[in-house]
Amino acid sequence: MASTYRDSDRTGRASEEEFVDILEERRCSSDLGFALRTFNPQPYQRASPFSTADLNKAVLESQYLRYVAKEIAMETGSSLEEVREEAYGILDEISQNMQLGFIRLLGYTLTKVFKRLFTCIYVNMEGLNRLQQAIQETPVILMPNHRSYVDFLIISYILFTYDIPLPVVAAGIPLAGMKMVGEILRRSGAFFVRRAIGSDKLYWAVLSEYVKTIVRKGYAPLEFYVEGLRSRTLKSLTPKLGMMQMVLEPYFKGEVFDITLVPISISYDQVVEESLLAHELLGVPKPKESTMGLLKASKVLQKNCGTMHVNFGHPLSVRQLCQDKINRCQYNLAPRDLPQTPNAEVKACVSWLAHLMVRLQEQGSVVSPWSLMACLLLQAPVAVLTEEGLPWQQFIEKTLWLRKLALDFGASLNWPGKASDSDVMSSTVALHCSVVHLKAGRVYLVQDEEPQRKHPISPEQGVMSAAVAVLMLASYRNQALHIFVRPALLATAMHITKSTQRDELFTVFGFLQELFSYEFIFIPDNMSQDFEEACFLLKKCGAVHITQNEVIPSDTGLEVLSFLQALLQPFTDSYQVAFRYLSEDAVPVFTEKQFLPDLRDQATKLILSGELHTHEALSSDTQKNVLSALQRLEAVTKLRASNQNEYKVNKAAVRRIGDILSGKIPPQNLQTTPDARL
Amino acid sequence: MQEIMKWNGWGYSDSRFFFNKKGQAEFTGKRYSVIGLIIPALKDWFESTFGASLQHKTPATPILNSSAVHPPTLNETFVEELKSTGIPFSHDAEDRVFRAHGHCLHEIFALREGKFGRVPDMVIWPNCHNDVVKVVELASKHNVCLIPYGGGTSVSSALECPPEETRSIVSLDTSQMNHILWIDEKNLTAHVEAGIVGQDLERLLNESGYCTGHEPDSMEFSSLGGWVATRASGMKKNIYGNIEDLVVHIKMVTPRGVIEKSCQGPRMSTGPDIHHFIMGSEGTLGVVTEVTMKIRPMPEYQKYGSVVFPNFEQGVACLREVARQRCAPASIRLMDNEQFKFGHALKPQVSSIFTSFLDGLKKFYITKFKGFDPNRLCVATLLFEGDRERVLQHEKQVYDIAAKFGGLAAGEDNGQRGYMLTFVIAYLRDLGMDYYVIGESFETSVPWDRVLDICQNVKERIVRECKDKGVQFPPLSTCRVTQTYDAGACVYFYFAFNYRGLSDPVHVYEQVEHAAREEILANGGSLSHHHGVGKLRKEWMRETVSSVGLGMLKSVKDFVDPNNIFGNRNLL
Repeated sequence: MASTYRDSDRTGRASEEEFVDILEERRCSSDLGFALRTFNPQPYQRASPFSTADLNKAVLESQYLRYVAKEIAMETGSSLEEVREEAYGILDEISQNMQLGFIRLLGYTLTKVFKRLFTCIYVNMEGLNRLQQAIQETPVILMPNHRSYVDFLIISYILFTYDIPLPVVAAGIPLAGMKMVGEILRRSGAFFVRRAIGSDKLYWAVLSEYVKTIVRKGYAPLEFYVEGLRSRTLKSLTPKLGMMQMVLEPYFKGEVFDITLVPISISYDQVVEESLLAHELLGVPKPKESTMGLLKASKVLQKNCGTMHVNFGHPLSVRQLCQDKINRCQYNLAPRDLPQTPNAEVKACVSWLAHLMVRLQEQGSVVSPWSLMACLLLQAPVAVLTEEGLPWQQFIEKTLWLRKLALDFGASLNWPGKASDSDVMSSTVALHCSVVHLKAGRVYLVQDEEPQRKHPISPEQGVMSAAVAVLMLASYRNQALHIFVRPALLATAMHITKSTQRDELFTVFGFLQELFSYEFIFIPDNMSQDFEEACFLLKKCGAVHITQNEVIPSDTGLEVLSFLQALLQPFTDSYQVAFRYLSEDAVPVFTEKQFLPDLRDQATKLILSGELHTHEALSSDTQKNVLSALQRLEAVTKLRASNQNEYKVNKAAVRRIGDILSGKIPPQNLQTTPDARL
Repeated sequence: MQEIMKWNGWGYSDSRFFFNKKGQAEFTGKRYSVIGLIIPALKDWFESTFGASLQHKTPATPILNSSAVHPPTLNETFVEELKSTGIPFSHDAEDRVFRAHGHCLHEIFALREGKFGRVPDMVIWPNCHNDVVKVVELASKHNVCLIPYGGGTSVSSALECPPEETRSIVSLDTSQMNHILWIDEKNLTAHVEAGIVGQDLERLLNESGYCTGHEPDSMEFSSLGGWVATRASGMKKNIYGNIEDLVVHIKMVTPRGVIEKSCQGPRMSTGPDIHHFIMGSEGTLGVVTEVTMKIRPMPEYQKYGSVVFPNFEQGVACLREVARQRCAPASIRLMDNEQFKFGHALKPQVSSIFTSFLDGLKKFYITKFKGFDPNRLCVATLLFEGDRERVLQHEKQVYDIAAKFGGLAAGEDNGQRGYMLTFVIAYLRDLGMDYYVIGESFETSVPWDRVLDICQNVKERIVRECKDKGVQFPPLSTCRVTQTYDAGACVYFYFAFNYRGLSDPVHVYEQVEHAAREEILANGGSLSHHHGVGKLRKEWMRETVSSVGLGMLKSVKDFVDPNNIFGNRNLL
């Protein structure tokens, strides 16, 4: 196999996973032949033959649904028949209808698409072997990250290729609305889940019984995105717990012996919808999912997106993970079929597992040279990038320095070993010509996508135009953030406090983790370990000396520390802008609809006046995260009575948080203790 | 009894399995109906199930070496006063070792290796209730520890002497108190001394045309007093009830005196039933000396039966339906596929070509014609009792229900052999132990909706734990549903493995059993259905009955026996 490589060849990483390009075989054999191949996977040993119709019937006739239906009929005064009818309708909307014929159709189409879109799709074979084994032994939950529409069905495609049982896949309901496509997806194993389930009791009951029945019966591997949706920023998202709770419950209640969770990390050199995402973050609404839209978007298929990595993580036994965390006897005293609100212990365990999966997805992701380059490019002022450019040679050296640091921090990189480093980097630049270009030994940020503009652009438009490029860069930087985020928080804490005292640093570290908890995903109640990890990594790369009570920057550590601190600078700056807006200019009660554009205007002004150095402050994602973080810190409260998402701000509290972030006051003065919510 | 019983294995000395020179299994002695017959399929089953080999033997120490037994610690003044009562006693090593154990795996394993831990210092054989009163008074007076001993069939470490006990330990053997004192034919009750062994009680009552109908699997050796002390359950409880349903009056001697009710009213509303302090007290409060229990006229007609189901799920569904309709026969038991195969391996050599032809035909019909998968099908064994007409009617009703769940009637022989298995399985463990195979059974009770899950999860847990603990061969992990109730069922697990290559097999066994019990509890099963708690399971008592519950039990113990004379330390 020519295009086989070991990770370790490229990066010297300890793990010896072998990645194979699955497209290679597709390129030298018939696509039709592939689509029509014999497909005879080894299913879960305890699964009994169970058709889609059987599955739906089991759901509708379940004790649980009967009970809930009766309850709803009582509450609403409608007849049991009507409620059952409604449940039937919901199930109809949800349920998948996997048919091998459609899988084959999809196998054919996707082969065409993938071959056009990607140079290679690398998959770790050992991961697939482990998965194949696991699928036979227990019900399996496949948990990929979601970074692009292309992810959807890639897992199914790979499993089809390697004769492994195909998963049923949770998909957002908008996809179901697409003509034809919705139905094709449904018949390829997609089931559809509404976004805001909220308090719709019947919907919740039908969905959870559907999911639980799939797991209980071992009907098929179940695939869902624990992050809930596609990450617009390519950063990990706070995991959603509803579906997680549903898939775990059959184990908690002893309905299955064990459940296997398989984290899957999908990483791209280039994400197809990169500019779409950047625009969306700047307030341009995302086009509605429609078949026409998809056809129009097919022009993006002309693009080459480089390579894609699909890394199947180690299968994890829920039984082992939950040992000593869950007392399953708690389910002994009520019928398992009846709805039961999970207690605090269960909720904490579900949340922990969900966060753990996100962390494992991060650890399994393969970081491209481009992500490292993006980290560095974003540390140069935008004006320099657009006008003067960065000297290419210097940039290469700095990138190689960062590569070493990333490897020290245990990252897995997708840095081709065969070509020279400068070739790797120039071909990377070539791939990302929509964001940067190389001219006369300097790298420039590409600013304008519309070349034949007639009128001179306004300064505000200029800012937006640069922001598109910056946010695209930022999203690729985000793919590498997990490598650096813990040491970077510590470096930031050192920068803020100017102290070397461990206790003090730990407090600020904790404050930053809490403040940025929607930006970077950390496992709950794991702060001390995160801090220890940060210390360990900084020590490992020689940036600090660690004593019992102190973390002291080393003489040679400045480069690392200032890089790390600068890595988070856009976040601290953006947050400060938002704090300033909220504590000075905002009206005491506002809606999200007002907040976002107002803050964007304010940030634009500050950028133009030269006071603000990051365009990331314009991102609606950052802005929403600020709002969520302030809510968590109880500086902003959502008004319950209003149905328009109104918020009330405590200006003094926001100001205080801003002061802590800038180091003016120590975090002890914060009203809520960081762990109060736990 | 002691003379005709094994000292380091199950049951009668003259009854045992062995592999003859041709490698065929045989059973010796004339006590059981399978007996003396050749069992040709057992060897193959044994070797393929456990990966065992007849070449690899682990014989037991043949003779009890008295010098390895610790010399008795005697309380001289107690012995002196006891002598004056004329109650027989002994401190012979063999007598003491015989009463120092039940039949837990670790107990028998140690005996086979000739190892003895703490054993009672002397054995006393009271002849009647008054003898017991005298012994308990003397023990209280001289602070001697008493451990009541009935049939010695405990599987909960209940008879083990607490190693931390420093006082003289006296085993109070009730075996001489084995008379039926009277039979009341007007009220259909019998007043019986508690030391009587199950089969003797049944035999003696049968002579007068009666029975108790209480038939625990251990009934050949276990005693009435033991049943009361452990809350025993009988195979035919569907007709006759469990011990708590059968008992009308109990007399127990405690350090505080004798406890008994003043009348024999069939039901009373007089506060918590004091019988329920006695039943299940496991020898921690006193000695049960006399029991009045219900008797029934002997059944006119008995019929065995069996039903084959395509899989265990269907079988359980059928039992559930039978329970729902409250039409369970005297006994109904459902064995899983592994146990079905085990039962099959125990078929004796067939006497004629005709029988073997018929067997072949049956097999063909079930697997080929009906499409049952031989690796999934399972069998229920049935026992009907009553007058002939009703039995036949009842039989039809049950078979009709079974048919709804895909069950096929599979003959009386299979049914009868299923029940015989119950009596010989303990002998089979001894055979296994001759060839590196150790195992045991344990039980639980569980609500109906959890029966399937608990069976599957516990069996799986056993397999995984064995693998984790370094057991080289897959274990036998099998179960059966042995009793049905309105709200649930009793499930019995068998677990055995080949321990070649393990340095401490008993420890591994105990770890796996412990894990299996944790799994049972996590799956909504009870700590025990009828084996009791003893010392083996007492670590789970608090979570089982709550702290308050445990406190209630403790306060009863503190009042009845403040000096812990009944110091076997079971239960609490």
